[in-house]
Amino acid sequence: MSEVVMEEHEGRQCAPEPQQQITAEIEDLHRQDERAGLHRTQSRLDFAPYRSSVLRHPTKAPAHADPEGVELFSPVFGTRDVDPLEADLTIQRGGEPIGERIRISGRILDGDGHPVRGQLVEIWQANAAGRYIHKRDQHPAPIDPHFTGAGRTITGEDGGYAFLTIKPGPYPWGNHRNAWRPAHVHFSLFGREFTQRMITQMYFPGDPLFALDPIYQSVTDPQARDRLVATYHHDLSEHEYLLGYHWDIVLTGAHATRMELEGDHA
Amino acid sequence: MPENKSTSDAAQRGPVPTPGQTIGPFYHFALPYEGGEHLVPPGSPGSVQLHGHVLDGHGVGLQDAMLEIWQADESGRVVQQVGSLTRDPATFTGFGRTSTWRDGGYSFTTVAPGATDGGGAPFIAVAVFARGLLNRLFTRVYLPAEPEALAADPFLSSLDEDRRVTLVATREAADSYRFDVHLQGEGETVFLQFARHEI
Repeated sequence: MSEVVMEEHEGRQCAPEPQQQITAEIEDLHRQDERAGLHRTQSRLDFAPYRSSVLRHPTKAPAHADPEGVELFSPVFGTRDVDPLEADLTIQRGGEPIGERIRISGRILDGDGHPVRGQLVEIWQANAAGRYIHKRDQHPAPIDPHFTGAGRTITGEDGGYAFLTIKPGPYPWGNHRNAWRPAHVHFSLFGREFTQRMITQMYFPGDPLFALDPIYQSVTDPQARDRLVATYHHDLSEHEYLLGYHWDIVLTGAHATRMELEGDHA
Repeated sequence: MPENKSTSDAAQRGPVPTPGQTIGPFYHFALPYEGGEHLVPPGSPGSVQLHGHVLDGHGVGLQDAMLEIWQADESGRVVQQVGSLTRDPATFTGFGRTSTWRDGGYSFTTVAPGATDGGGAPFIAVAVFARGLLNRLFTRVYLPAEPEALAADPFLSSLDEDRRVTLVATREAADSYRFDVHLQGEGETVFLQFARHEI
């Protein structure tokens, strides 16, 4: 294989390390957090097994800030911004894409359990062969002429969303020798406040690559990692048509106290 | 399994937040959109350029960082209008998104925000995403227009002087402000941790 997915090794000029070394580093950092009794809910920013993070994580403690002004509000998106057809990634190129047809659905909640209504959700992903429509993706797997891999939707009254798509394939990347990302779908989310803005990745249950992947493993707490994995629900599958996956996403808690939050528990 | 001891879990009154993850290198075909960097049309009366670079710990520009800004209008009003993704040049929504160029540079066309009700010195809220950055970071761009206001701002005055300057844009011309984001190293930008957040 000539060139895999481009992923520079900033700050490191050495030859790509084997998986065993990356795995050992992952286990060390997990033990470190475990010994410290830290059950982080979020990815560690300083997580060297993901080589690109080495020069890109802050080294100083963040400043505690009370959200103020615009931070207590979120940008507003609506039907003017997003066509309902954008939630169907299988119809964007005038033909059926290749791969397992799936529907991913769930709800977006904030950290208080309130549904995030009428808000923008964006996704992007590789095709069934593990190739992105992106000029920097050099993985020699086929482009699917009938699949782009980007979708958008606006959540419903209950915070619900649904995307019809194709199950993405795993793909190789340049983090270390024989590095493969588990299959995943990127999600971009807004809440009621700008402080709740987040981007994350959804994984599929039972992926054999989980233990090897430094991005997934940057979430050092096993329970927190599980929150990135969708569940397969046979009731969501459709006869002779698609497989159904369910994934709820919880944003951070809001700060503004607003009248409309009263009685919001759906 | 013992109860979670995370620093943030003590503050959780509801479900536990889902972890954030890196935006990765391949978001360009999905997230940036036409006109995302122009909150107002370039050259329109009162418009300003907010520009700079996103830099790593070696001072090298990131070619795969995405910035979002969210701000009040010139009068300090927080706009709650649709149309950020499909812009109407006459409507200011307050939201902008752009991806850095190959050298790490970026530029937004916007207006200088006014002070919001109950807020301190006016600022532009910023979210930073990048390949290699495992979760989003929040920061603020304060404009250098009113030195007294900056000195009186409760948040800014809580920071050491050498850290505070990383949040104040440099005026390069009447309508041009420079704001660099240093993810790490010399002049590392102050990133924010809000209450109820782990990072």
